[in-house]
Amino acid sequence: MRIDSKGRIDRSRPLTFVFDGTSYAGFKGDTLASALMANNVRVVGRSFKYHRPRGILTAGSEEPNALVEVLGPSNQTPNTRATMQELFEGLVARSQNRWPSLGLDLLEVNDLAAPFLSAGFYYKTFMWPRRLWEGLYEPLIRRAAGLGRLSGKHDEGTYEKAWAHCDLLVIGAGPAGLMAALTAARAGVDVILCDESSEPGGRLLSDEGAIDGLPAADWVAGVLAEMASLPNLRLMTRTTVTGAYDDGTFGALERVGLHRRPRPNLPRECFWRIVAKRSILAAGALERAIAFENNDRPGVMMASALSTYLNRYGVVPGKRIALFANTDSARNTARSLMAAGVEVAAIIDPREDAAEEPGTTVHRGAVVARARGRMGLREITIRKGASETRLSVDCLGVSGGWNPTLHLTCHMNGRPRWSADLAAFVPNDGAIPGMLVAGAANGSFSTHGCLAAGAEAARASLAALGMAAPMAALPQAEDAPYAIAPLWQVPTKKRAWLDFANDVTTKDVALSAQEGFTSVEHMKRYTTQGMAPDQGKNSNVAALAVLADATGRGIPETGTTTFRPPFAPVSIAAMGAGGRGAGFAPQRFLTSDRASRDRHAPMIEAGLWYRPSYFPKPGETTWRESCDREVMMVRSSVGVTDVSTLGKIDIQGPDAGRFLDFVYTNTFSTLPVGRVRYGLMLREDGHVLDDGTCARLGETHWLMTTTTAAAGLVMRHLDFVHQAFCADWQVRFTSVTEGWAQFAVAGPRARDLITSALGRAPGLPFMGCSDVTVQGIAGRLFRISFSGEEGYEIAVPTRYGEALFRDLIARAETMGGGPYGMEALNVLRIEKGFITHAEIHGRTTACDIGMEKMVSAKKDCIGKAAAARPGMTGPEREQLVGLKPLTDSPITAGAHLFAQGAELTRENSAGYVTSVGYSPLLKSHLALAFLKNGRARHGETIRLVDRLRDIDVLCSVTGPVFHDPEGEKLRA
Amino acid sequence: MRLTCPFCGPRDRREFHYYGAADYLNRPGPEAAASAWDDYLHNRDNPAGVTQDLWYHEQGCAAWLKVTRNTVTHEILAVDAVAGGAA
Amino acid sequence: MPDLIAKPALGHAPLTLAGTTLTEEPQARITAIAPFPGQTDAVARALGMAFPAPGQVVESGGRSLVWAGRDIAFLIGDAPTVALAASVTDQSDAWVTLALRGPQAVAALARLVSLDLRRVQAGQCFRTGLNHMPLVLIVEDADRFRLMTFRSMAQTAWHEVQDALEKVAARAALTA
Ligand SMILES: [Zn+2]
Repeated sequence: MRIDSKGRIDRSRPLTFVFDGTSYAGFKGDTLASALMANNVRVVGRSFKYHRPRGILTAGSEEPNALVEVLGPSNQTPNTRATMQELFEGLVARSQNRWPSLGLDLLEVNDLAAPFLSAGFYYKTFMWPRRLWEGLYEPLIRRAAGLGRLSGKHDEGTYEKAWAHCDLLVIGAGPAGLMAALTAARAGVDVILCDESSEPGGRLLSDEGAIDGLPAADWVAGVLAEMASLPNLRLMTRTTVTGAYDDGTFGALERVGLHRRPRPNLPRECFWRIVAKRSILAAGALERAIAFENNDRPGVMMASALSTYLNRYGVVPGKRIALFANTDSARNTARSLMAAGVEVAAIIDPREDAAEEPGTTVHRGAVVARARGRMGLREITIRKGASETRLSVDCLGVSGGWNPTLHLTCHMNGRPRWSADLAAFVPNDGAIPGMLVAGAANGSFSTHGCLAAGAEAARASLAALGMAAPMAALPQAEDAPYAIAPLWQVPTKKRAWLDFANDVTTKDVALSAQEGFTSVEHMKRYTTQGMAPDQGKNSNVAALAVLADATGRGIPETGTTTFRPPFAPVSIAAMGAGGRGAGFAPQRFLTSDRASRDRHAPMIEAGLWYRPSYFPKPGETTWRESCDREVMMVRSSVGVTDVSTLGKIDIQGPDAGRFLDFVYTNTFSTLPVGRVRYGLMLREDGHVLDDGTCARLGETHWLMTTTTAAAGLVMRHLDFVHQAFCADWQVRFTSVTEGWAQFAVAGPRARDLITSALGRAPGLPFMGCSDVTVQGIAGRLFRISFSGEEGYEIAVPTRYGEALFRDLIARAETMGGGPYGMEALNVLRIEKGFITHAEIHGRTTACDIGMEKMVSAKKDCIGKAAAARPGMTGPEREQLVGLKPLTDSPITAGAHLFAQGAELTRENSAGYVTSVGYSPLLKSHLALAFLKNGRARHGETIRLVDRLRDIDVLCSVTGPVFHDPEGEKLRA
Repeated sequence: MRLTCPFCGPRDRREFHYYGAADYLNRPGPEAAASAWDDYLHNRDNPAGVTQDLWYHEQGCAAWLKVTRNTVTHEILAVDAVAGGAA
Repeated sequence: MPDLIAKPALGHAPLTLAGTTLTEEPQARITAIAPFPGQTDAVARALGMAFPAPGQVVESGGRSLVWAGRDIAFLIGDAPTVALAASVTDQSDAWVTLALRGPQAVAALARLVSLDLRRVQAGQCFRTGLNHMPLVLIVEDADRFRLMTFRSMAQTAWHEVQDALEKVAARAALTA
């Protein structure tokens, strides 16, 4: 019901929206909750376990009941708090956790079955028979459980992540936060002021107080006007600070587009990482409920929320309202309501010494014993001593006092402390380094107390930032003391709710205690108290108090309540913004990329790189046909492939050779200029780190090649070795991977192709290198091979890569050759027994791959000591071998090897397969594998078993080099 | 978490690569006893309190850094360049 | 035989959103100079330019020496002609340089870079990340930046800067 002349909504801007298929009217400035209230919609959701009808409880992000699905063109967002969802034209929302409808929910049968659904129900009921779990229990539970549903489709909405930096972060823009931010910003520091509401002001917009003789909202407007003139103050509304992390880092979620119709490129939400030198938590306090029988009936809500709905949205949820409160703050609510012409039928105040209230009846020393009205409150029972009276009301505002919103102070392991005066937990100083807590969040509940604490926190923060902090007069405001008589529950034999969202009652907590779960951590897990989307904001403290009652202990002795991030739910879409699809990682493209795609080569990801798999020719229908042809092309004429992805590290300096000797197992300092050597690099723990060639370009100039996979790793390793062990050596190294496009040219006609491309014969011996001029461009030529054929690698600056690739392919094609892709490259190197990171996977030693002789005895090197340790060499280890199936059968990488006749157990595994390919040359599948004592077992027959792919084949064990084992082709 | 690189200033931890304990700086000589190598490679304290470990400013200046920090309070007590030479 | 044809990293036309322009800069001569340990001063003398302190750009005679990491700087402009007690590598082809200039440049960068760019000024540079990509960020002015990243990642870099700019522009349109 709307109250004319009240509220901050814009009555000149009517809006229509749809809830559960019905169209309603509201105004700009409404939330979905206030607009539903204005339309007298009382039931807005169903509870999680018992499917009880529920109404709006609060006016903030802590709302446990009014969780709805918001339907957009590309999104279906469940568990949206109707209290936070601002209204916009065309908003479509749907209640959740009901079937088929809010009015008739068939799962409400759970409510009748409540005696069987008490705490621990899942643990007790579904334990056995075990076989029923997957088939019956789990689907059943999943159907009934859950708050809201996902669409099952991709969320195509726009989200973003961003960084912000400031000197002082102020969290919350109520009286304390506004005062703190203003004081600090006036002093000139950079301030970010975050508030989760659409409008700053906090409770100053909800309560009808006065500041400096003006309505509080006018004072807020004045402060905001001044703030707008301060360029060093950044106000972030609709932004919830969700987490406090190490070293002044905070997470915050901004609702950018959720309150308006979608627009292209406008993010729905932004997840901010805010880095602040200092921070002030001024997040206010949350009113808490009192548990009594059926206190979850629609129409029972927080007293302070009534003030918010009236003063901020101009709406009341009933015609005849009662209040049940043990503090004075609810009196303001009563006065506001009465001043607005709403009947306040009674105030039920458990305090014997409570004051009278003009205009209504105060029941002193009384409690509300129960509520009636399943689909909406009709009546309450007032109990005083032994007598009970009934009162017809359609709304009840409840206040059990206030809990400081101290959640962020718990995020770095801080534990709050119990204040007996406030009957509430308050934060400890220093819980978050650099953070001060001010105002209601720190237990100062009066307006004056908040303003004073905000100003003081700002001054202290400024001092810590090394800034002078001028004293300014504080605005005048009420400074009423906080008087509370703690009351957590009204005794009942029926159910009284604590956690509305998870349907946890006082009975459940008592049962938990009775069954021995007396620690608060056990109780929470046993009852699911505090595990719903509101994370116990409304109920954890009360549940702790009820547990204390049940166990006969005081609250501080029973435990504490703590909170982890996030303060409010953060959508995964916001946290993962930018990471969808290709956004997950950068894409690295070769200079030959366009030319390869022009030839319809499918691309395969190799780390971040995109490399061509194969180059299909007309008529080829499978990758194998193309791959086989490309392999035979290289073996019989010439092939060209892009190897620019290999890491290239330029190493210069008088100590370069010495440095290479230290990082490689073999000796490089003796390599002549113009020559290339294969090198093996170990980790300090004796395992193989990487392998590759290294060329000596000049007396003090070398070029190291790494594998594609380990390029970054090797650079990091070299930096470590240099900086940690020999920082004074005259050597520096720089990655030049990106600067060169490099192509392998391999095959019996490789020399012809190079001769054609250079206009002269290469004139290089095997493992030679030289500078060359390639069609007018300075480049480099290496005679190295990864295929077993005569091979060259030719490099030019990256900008010329595409032109050179197209040129080389065109020339190759005139010779019966052409491009080859990763698949053929892999088969070629398996035929030749060359290893990749499939073999040097982090657990292999030089000995395992047959390279122990490459570990020079004459010098120290990284990994040498560990490589010689027991267990790192010898026949008990798995050693690199080749495998050839005895029958024409595919074999697979990952398969395990067993002696014939051995039982197929893990213990009997004698090794495993690392690489496989089909050799069109040998007309056989081939594998590289590690086999225990493999080098001594060439010629044996071994059983290859892959139970995942149902492969069981006998193979003969061979040396790993199938093709040209003497290397005659390379040296030709 | 943020680390103040002696070259680059305060940076988010996403820019850094974690390696392991600062023990890795004390490489035994080639002739050292096997136990010295075991200690160097594998045996580590796991202190509740001050510890030193190695971080690489990978998305930054490429300096290796020795970070002294408290595992209980998360306080960063010092960040030093392994090779020295920082401002 | 004709000479090989050079290609730009992207060949994209400039993009302007919310008054802020993203451009692919022409490829410049970039020489990485990493002095050997203890040789920084000698290298500076030989170059005739101060070697930049961390985060600094030194300008001289139409060349700039951009600090690019621990004891390494990028000489942008003509390559050194004298021998240096340093590792010297030609990096001209290794980097793509984008420029982001305009009132929303800092806001767009806040979506891509974790740095505090509140009070940056000409003469500063940073080694950092452009999301997951390596970045040398050169400040031309408080709202004018050059972004150098790996050439092979040019497409992703352009795409991500454009994406950030589009979002910033969509936000700016709300208050315009
Ligand atoms: Zn750094």
